[in-house]
Amino acid sequence: MISKSSSNWWGSLFSISLLLILALPTHAQEDDGTFSEFSGYVGFDHRQFFSDGLYPGQKNSYPSFVFQPEYLYEWNKGDDRIKFIGFGRLDRDKRRTHFDVRELYYQKVKGNWELSVGLKKVFWGVTESAHLVDIINQTDFVESFDGEEKLGQPMVQFSYTTGIGTFDLFYLPYSRKRVFPGSKGRLRTSFIIDNGDVSFESQAEETRPTFAARWSAFVGPFDIGVSQFHGTGREPFFANNGGNFQLLYGIIDQTGIDLQATMGPVLWKVESIVRKSNFQDMWAIAAGLEYTFSNIGNSGLDIGIVGEYLHDDRGNLAFSSLDNDVFAGARFAFNDTQSTEFLIGGIFDLEKSTKLFSFEGSRRLGNSWKAEIEMRLFSDVAPTEFLNFVRKDSFLQFSLNKYF
Amino acid sequence: MKRTILTLIGVAVAGMVLAQSPEQRGLEVAKAADKYDEGFGSSASKLTMVLTNKQGQESTRFMSNQTLELTEDGDKSLIVFNSPRDVKGTATLTYTHKQGSDDQWLYLPAISRVKRISSNNKSGPFMGSEFAYEDLSSQEVEKYTYKFLKEEQINGVSALVVERDPVDVKSGYTRQIVWYNKDNYRLEQIEFYDRKNALLKTLAYSDYKVYKEKHWRASQMEMTNHQTGKKTKLIFDEYNFGLNLKEEDFSQNSLKRASR
Repeated sequence: MISKSSSNWWGSLFSISLLLILALPTHAQEDDGTFSEFSGYVGFDHRQFFSDGLYPGQKNSYPSFVFQPEYLYEWNKGDDRIKFIGFGRLDRDKRRTHFDVRELYYQKVKGNWELSVGLKKVFWGVTESAHLVDIINQTDFVESFDGEEKLGQPMVQFSYTTGIGTFDLFYLPYSRKRVFPGSKGRLRTSFIIDNGDVSFESQAEETRPTFAARWSAFVGPFDIGVSQFHGTGREPFFANNGGNFQLLYGIIDQTGIDLQATMGPVLWKVESIVRKSNFQDMWAIAAGLEYTFSNIGNSGLDIGIVGEYLHDDRGNLAFSSLDNDVFAGARFAFNDTQSTEFLIGGIFDLEKSTKLFSFEGSRRLGNSWKAEIEMRLFSDVAPTEFLNFVRKDSFLQFSLNKYF
Repeated sequence: MKRTILTLIGVAVAGMVLAQSPEQRGLEVAKAADKYDEGFGSSASKLTMVLTNKQGQESTRFMSNQTLELTEDGDKSLIVFNSPRDVKGTATLTYTHKQGSDDQWLYLPAISRVKRISSNNKSGPFMGSEFAYEDLSSQEVEKYTYKFLKEEQINGVSALVVERDPVDVKSGYTRQIVWYNKDNYRLEQIEFYDRKNALLKTLAYSDYKVYKEKHWRASQMEMTNHQTGKKTKLIFDEYNFGLNLKEEDFSQNSLKRASR
């Protein structure tokens, strides 16, 4: 029942939270130890694809409207807080038109410990081109092709900071399914993934409890994290069931490690996972460095060069197609009043012909507007790779957001 | 007899002062200034930054700042941006070290990510302003070598003028000239000389207020860049020395929570 109507359910939760929050105090009052603030952004973007899609129903231009309302209420001088972040998009693709509660949680802080209950977003890891160890939240796949946007995850999180690092324990009572594009959408597989095509290894489906733990610490130039996850995985297995594709969320055990060494202008990074399940065992690694040339010629310009190697032992079965690839990128930060920045990057498969290029740029306009540009190019995608489904989906996108 | 001894002591002290090299006296002034401000414990304040370009157009940013005093090592500090609104909630946590490079983390609220960043970029501009990162970091005595220059009047008070040279080769300056107030060692003015030894910037301190009886804090710091004609004014409000902040208020979890 829940699985059929789950996307509507998140939309309803979004609307209810928003209504409740509009009823809450909206001005800062710091004298009595309380603080409240309403913020967020609304924006318009336009995504233009360079060539016709491979599948019927797909369009070439996608104007889209986004909004992200945020609300924070703190009391007891910030030792208690409620935080809400909502997100919504209206798009030509009805699956990409979605509403989500990114965060809606209560947090209690006492000295060295922290308890959070509700929907929250948690990030783990150090590398730039792949986020292997980051597993708490489900990816919002219709929102971002690179997997950086996440759906809100219901959790109870206990965090304890000690002299030997921070310990985090998670109880995750509900696992969310990945959202995939609909028939009018681009960046999709040839088949449309409907709820009927999705199944869970656990009889309890989404409601099977998942547990996770992480220890993180830093010593001198080193930042280290070790994590363990047990429960329903975030990445579905794809099974070809006599011509029909089936998605299966299995129960997995995943151990992750992430390490960064900060040595002057160089950041050395590595993260790796080992994942075991009844269907597939796998491991993957991402490792590399970031070197920053700062304040070049006293102009304020910083150029950061990033190089990372990615390996996934699933080979062609890797969902990300990053099985034996190299990422090379450069980040330009002008450090001017308008915070002008851009990032160019390429991912190159070391065995196959596949190449992915990306360009992202942003600049503030006035005090509260921001203009962004994003381009992704898929070039010479090898027919054996998962990415072959989207080989015609190179696009250019402009966005304009108003922050409040 | 007593008088003779006092005179003798007086002559000896005068002799020591005379024998003191300008380097020794400069270091002494820096140490005295550091000592004078010792014991503030922790502080919090609100910050307004006004950037003025060559044409006189202004843009304003709001931040908040917390500092924890440490005596064995450098101070710890947390800065949270409130505006421009697109970077609202972005926060930095810095552990200053008396020797070696500082430890610094950046929190990016859009992706809930804490990222350790290189503290190598000392000379680069802070948030597009005329302040470099090194101008705003904790001013530990060990970070410079000193030379006393002279005594002179500035802002209607008498000041001790000391040249200080950054120890770190990554600094954007060859030297700085610092005007210390002779009575309470508060800073009155700093001139910054670039790597070519040309006058680059002047920082003027004003509207001093005293907290906990002896901790002087300027409510306004104005940096003028003589080479570009741009200016940045920092205005400090709501200084609070009574929060009694602890080390646990400067953890990575605190960094995430400070983002609001």
